[in-house]
Amino acid sequence: MKITAKQGSKLNWSEFMITRLIVASGYSAILFVGLIFFFLLREGLPALWQVPLNSLLSSRWYPTEGHFAILPLLEGSIIVTLGAAFIAIPFGLGTAIFIAEVAPRWTREALKPLVEMLAGLPSVVLGFLGMMILAPFFRRFFDLPTGLTAFTGSLLLGGIAIPTIVSIAEDALDAVPRSYREAALAMGATQWQTIWKVTLPAARSGVLTAIMLGIGRTIGETMTVKMVTGNAPVLFKGLSSWFSPVRTMTATIAAEMGEVAKGSVHYEVLFLIGIILFLISMIVNVTASTMVFRQGKRSERILS
Amino acid sequence: MVNLALAWAERYRQIHPEVRISVTGGGSGTGLAALINGTVDIANASRKIKPEELKAASDQGNKPVELVVARDAIAVIVNLENPVDQLTLQQLADIYSGKINNWNEVGGDNRPIVRLSRETNSGTHVYFLETVVRLGQTNNKTLFSPDTLLLPSSEGISAEIRDNPNAIGYDGLGYVTSDMKVIAVAKDPDSPFILPSAQTVNNGEYPIARDLYMYTGNEPTGAIKNYLDWILTSEAQGIVTKLGFVPIKTQ
Repeated sequence: MKITAKQGSKLNWSEFMITRLIVASGYSAILFVGLIFFFLLREGLPALWQVPLNSLLSSRWYPTEGHFAILPLLEGSIIVTLGAAFIAIPFGLGTAIFIAEVAPRWTREALKPLVEMLAGLPSVVLGFLGMMILAPFFRRFFDLPTGLTAFTGSLLLGGIAIPTIVSIAEDALDAVPRSYREAALAMGATQWQTIWKVTLPAARSGVLTAIMLGIGRTIGETMTVKMVTGNAPVLFKGLSSWFSPVRTMTATIAAEMGEVAKGSVHYEVLFLIGIILFLISMIVNVTASTMVFRQGKRSERILS
Repeated sequence: MVNLALAWAERYRQIHPEVRISVTGGGSGTGLAALINGTVDIANASRKIKPEELKAASDQGNKPVELVVARDAIAVIVNLENPVDQLTLQQLADIYSGKINNWNEVGGDNRPIVRLSRETNSGTHVYFLETVVRLGQTNNKTLFSPDTLLLPSSEGISAEIRDNPNAIGYDGLGYVTSDMKVIAVAKDPDSPFILPSAQTVNNGEYPIARDLYMYTGNEPTGAIKNYLDWILTSEAQGIVTKLGFVPIKTQ
């Protein structure tokens, strides 16, 4: 839209304000992340001087008695998150493809809002369901000593990540121009070949964003894991660890931050865990954006 | 114990709006030190006053008076299907420190033991660690076994105990419901096995229980005496039950 010079003076002023406001809110996001990271560093880094590195990497987490090993907590978070990704990515993408490409119109219109409603479920409700129904079921089904395990946590976190993945991936698939599909079908490709070789690669950046946002949600999730993973800080012992209790970093911060004396070693170590969590989600996001960037360029080459 | 003191103060304020009671937490030592220095009228303590604290008080010309206001008992609970009815303190210590790992070692079925505990910062956890896992020995540095499940709430422990025949847990006597089994505990192998109840806690037979005290600087008078008298009434002791502690009078 063009603004003529006569109307200009007043409109320009409000436009100027709006532009500045948008710029300011854009930069404030950077500022806030920077401030949060600075605060985390200030509160958490002193722990590195207080607790020697080899005891941070030992096997025992018992903060009230001076045992500050972060390693079991880190491994706990990784086990639960990887498990959740294993579950959420195939199911999430499958659902997104079904909704966008395969389902008849009425199914699509019923499914999409239902999946998005799932995303609004409070995690404490999921945790409660997990504690009361899933954990007892898995204990009997797999004949485990207890159902409060990393696997139960992974499954519920997968459930939390799936709506995010479905919703964003479906939008990305939906945005692929109709002509791509028509061209593929016209050249004799089956529906499956069209989805796998044309639609999905064309929507790749959106799909990757969906997966990364889904994984991002699972790393930071606290309440559900705290309720269903049993919170025992044990070291990784192979695949069986997936079916034993674990303690994640988020659950540890949530359980212990409320009762810890400010400025104590325990307090600083909890913030150090916060720094590690922050770095992990930063790595996930940076990986996602570089992948999206590179692949964006390649698919442009192929498809243009 | 600060929860109990707060609940009492709150209720008493409703009945006697003219009396102002302020409660501060910080631990038994903090309270008793404040009492000795004369900054508080009443010190709540979950342990008896130490001889050196008594001496410090008498140096200030005070003679602290002790009143048992409630008791705190911890029940050891298992699933109703578990055939084990009784354990000694030593067996409990071995279970929680990870030396005993199967129920058949203490006369039960061939099942793995799943240990449940409250989070490490809960007062119940610390008390159980000192009294049971370390058997009350101050130089004993035993810890809970690392695979102990640390559950964030009493409800988490109850839910797992109700469902899982492998589990063993502990919690305040007030949180125990009829759909779980309470274990009878013996101080040592020669002592009788005792189930926790208001009676066995009050006569000192049940080993995992302690008295909760209020100390006053001298013989209480006036408003303080009225308050302490009220705490022993059935109304105030009802609050004790509600918070999961054991009232000192058996109704």
